[in-house]
Amino acid sequence: MKKSLYAALFLFAVTSLAASTARAQVTPQRLLDSAKEPQNWLMYSGDYSGHRFSALDQINTSNAAAMVPKWAYQTMAGGKFETTPLVVDGILYGTGQDDRAYALDAHTGRPIWQYQRALPADIRPCCGRVNRGLALLGDKVFLGTLDSHVVALDSKTGNVIWDATAFDYRKGYSITLAPLAIKNLVIVGVSGGEYGIRGFIDAYDASTGERKWRFYTVPGPGEPGHETWEGESWKIGGAPAWITGSYDPATNTTFWTTGNPSPSNRGIGRAGDNLYSDSLLALDPDSGKLKWYFQFTRHDEHDWDATQVPVMIDQGDKHLIAQANRNGFFYVIDRSTGKLLLSNPYAKVTWSNSKDAEGRPISLKDASPTSDGNRICPGAAGATNWMSPTYDPQTKLFYVTAREQCDIFSTAPQPYEEGHAYYGSAYFPNDDTEPFWGALRAIDPETGKIKWEWKHPSPTWSGALSTAGGLVFTGDAEGNFIALDAKSGKVLWHFQCGASVYSSPMSFAIDGKQYVAVAAGSTLFTFALP
Amino acid sequence: MRAPKQSNKNDPSLPILRSQLDHHFSLAFFVAIVLCITASSLSAQDKNPFAGDDRVAKLGESQFRANCAFCHGLGARGGGRGPDLTRAQKRHGNGDADLFRTINEGVPGTAMPPNGATQQGVGMTEAEIWQVITYIRSVQVKAPPQPLGDAAHGKTLFFGEAVCYTCHMVEGKGGRLGPDLTTTGSARSTDYLIDSVRNPSRRLAQGLSEAMKEFSQEYETVSVETADGRKFTGVVLNEDHFTLQMLDLREQLHLFEKDKLRSFEKSRQSLMPAYDKNLLSDKDLQDILAFLLSVGAQ
Repeated sequence: MKKSLYAALFLFAVTSLAASTARAQVTPQRLLDSAKEPQNWLMYSGDYSGHRFSALDQINTSNAAAMVPKWAYQTMAGGKFETTPLVVDGILYGTGQDDRAYALDAHTGRPIWQYQRALPADIRPCCGRVNRGLALLGDKVFLGTLDSHVVALDSKTGNVIWDATAFDYRKGYSITLAPLAIKNLVIVGVSGGEYGIRGFIDAYDASTGERKWRFYTVPGPGEPGHETWEGESWKIGGAPAWITGSYDPATNTTFWTTGNPSPSNRGIGRAGDNLYSDSLLALDPDSGKLKWYFQFTRHDEHDWDATQVPVMIDQGDKHLIAQANRNGFFYVIDRSTGKLLLSNPYAKVTWSNSKDAEGRPISLKDASPTSDGNRICPGAAGATNWMSPTYDPQTKLFYVTAREQCDIFSTAPQPYEEGHAYYGSAYFPNDDTEPFWGALRAIDPETGKIKWEWKHPSPTWSGALSTAGGLVFTGDAEGNFIALDAKSGKVLWHFQCGASVYSSPMSFAIDGKQYVAVAAGSTLFTFALP
Repeated sequence: MRAPKQSNKNDPSLPILRSQLDHHFSLAFFVAIVLCITASSLSAQDKNPFAGDDRVAKLGESQFRANCAFCHGLGARGGGRGPDLTRAQKRHGNGDADLFRTINEGVPGTAMPPNGATQQGVGMTEAEIWQVITYIRSVQVKAPPQPLGDAAHGKTLFFGEAVCYTCHMVEGKGGRLGPDLTTTGSARSTDYLIDSVRNPSRRLAQGLSEAMKEFSQEYETVSVETADGRKFTGVVLNEDHFTLQMLDLREQLHLFEKDKLRSFEKSRQSLMPAYDKNLLSDKDLQDILAFLLSVGAQ
């Protein structure tokens, strides 16, 4: 009798264990069907479309003013805190500065496990020891590291399951983006546009860490596009891919964007368009083969990486990609063909005043950096940067953080040295009396026109989140986290985080309660209704 | 923070050390060698190995532009945040070793970060720091500026007739509506100082800097009217979209929520009057500058 009781208990334990394990498994199908579970946030941009939209509406225009902080988690690390956390089945997975990762009870913020990469002392980050987040698949989370590895952690323990070297970090390569999981692959791109790297996008087998393909964003000899590089310049051509892509399962195409050619602000020595720098790439996720490309800035000399999340928008039977580019133009592109449909400035632009036959802005001849310095808008940090925009399918508006800052670009020739910073030029804020400022802008993708803007006192590095509650959330450099009416731009709520927001917010729900989360300073904050 | 990469190329003792260690030489010998290396690397940082080399100065100019110009300006003549480095007198030391230390370690308590810790660029190697120092030497004025005027008279004017002290502090004495000028004399070029007096609204001085915020608050002029009809004019200490921290003309601190104000108006017209030649002769201005320089040099 006793024995059979034990057996029954054991069986019960096993089945409940199996059930909970099954619950924690994030299958490729679940990622495809993420819209069916709006309580979870399964990937960097929320879903494959890059919308950064939450279908949750418990917090909405009528009650947002009542939001209160619920819990905070502190990494205790300095520098920019750029993560977008993921949430699945009550567990929150995030990253922090210096390649930290952690799993928290999403209800209370209490840690379940914490991981910190043992980074070498001589890593080469260009712009802070940052990490933007994880990918989830199966029973693992995936982290790209500053020493240019891709690491799979056990989502239950934080233990390392596999560790793959993408490239030798000493040559200037690093990984800062949140990986993207498609089918059984983990896709990443590298950072290092300030080090004369040769950029690439990699796919790893999620189970084993084996690299399945690599797409070099700078074509080698014999490959199409190679002719857009002068001499040997392709070898150090840059074009890193340091922001997470999107994915269209209907056509099995993954869209990735690339950064500046190297050296970033000096075109001498790399005559040509410098493909595929500053471009949108349509890749087959199974093979890594290029389907088409669109280059936003040809022969870039202003550090205008196109590394803004490519946002998939459908207008009737038109399937599009929208991007508010760092160069100041808002682009709409047919995502089946790569054909440009619209380009319109959404911030102050002085580098172009005409377009070519395809509608692409043409650079003025005298827009290049000079020895004495040439004032160009937008500045090197761009009209926007890596912070995520959001597309709200309800308002059909595209919201983007715009920066109104011009810079003086000057040449500073330097020899290339492997693994060493390689700018070729310098920039600094212009020295006139115009103050810099910023704004969250709501753009109608049908026309490219700005519907409303919310002004920031100074340029800002916060991304934006839209929700079915009719809200847009964003942050500012002064430390405010803000909820706006998505239709009008009217402010409904704000909270002072105590440090500039350098991240893109997200939303999730547990036990029927909606939360909004944002990273600022060294703290991950969550907010909800009281 | 990243220290500059050690350049082993110039230090032949390093490989020797390694092979000797491999052969289990005595601890005493090991300690001796370590001491030697420490001593030699210290002395390596005392003196610029490239002093006077024009070709190196050119390389240094590129490094300077990439790493320093953001704050110190294109020609090292100072920007919004960074002092004019063409001045012969450097506030944190004039010697090669002083400059190296300032660049490599930063200046605690100021906006000058340690090498490689700006989050904007990446760290320079030891050799590159010396290149930058070579460049700075090539653009700095060859001799300390001649005394511009009568510092003692300048001090009398500053705290008297010219009424600078009503808004500016020097060594703890004076007002708070404008920037403290104790160190300004050592940080800014004469041209900059003259322009700031003759044409104060052309470029507003920078005030509070927050750790994670890219741009500092400026000394903007602000006028508000409260809900109960009180009016204040003064200077912005800090501001965000929703709040204002200001000092009124009587140096009273006010903390406002903007949506509770009846009116709120900001201006980039400085509160400081433009001191034209009728208000302040060239000679008196030179005397005041001489005073600021004498204070800053201390």
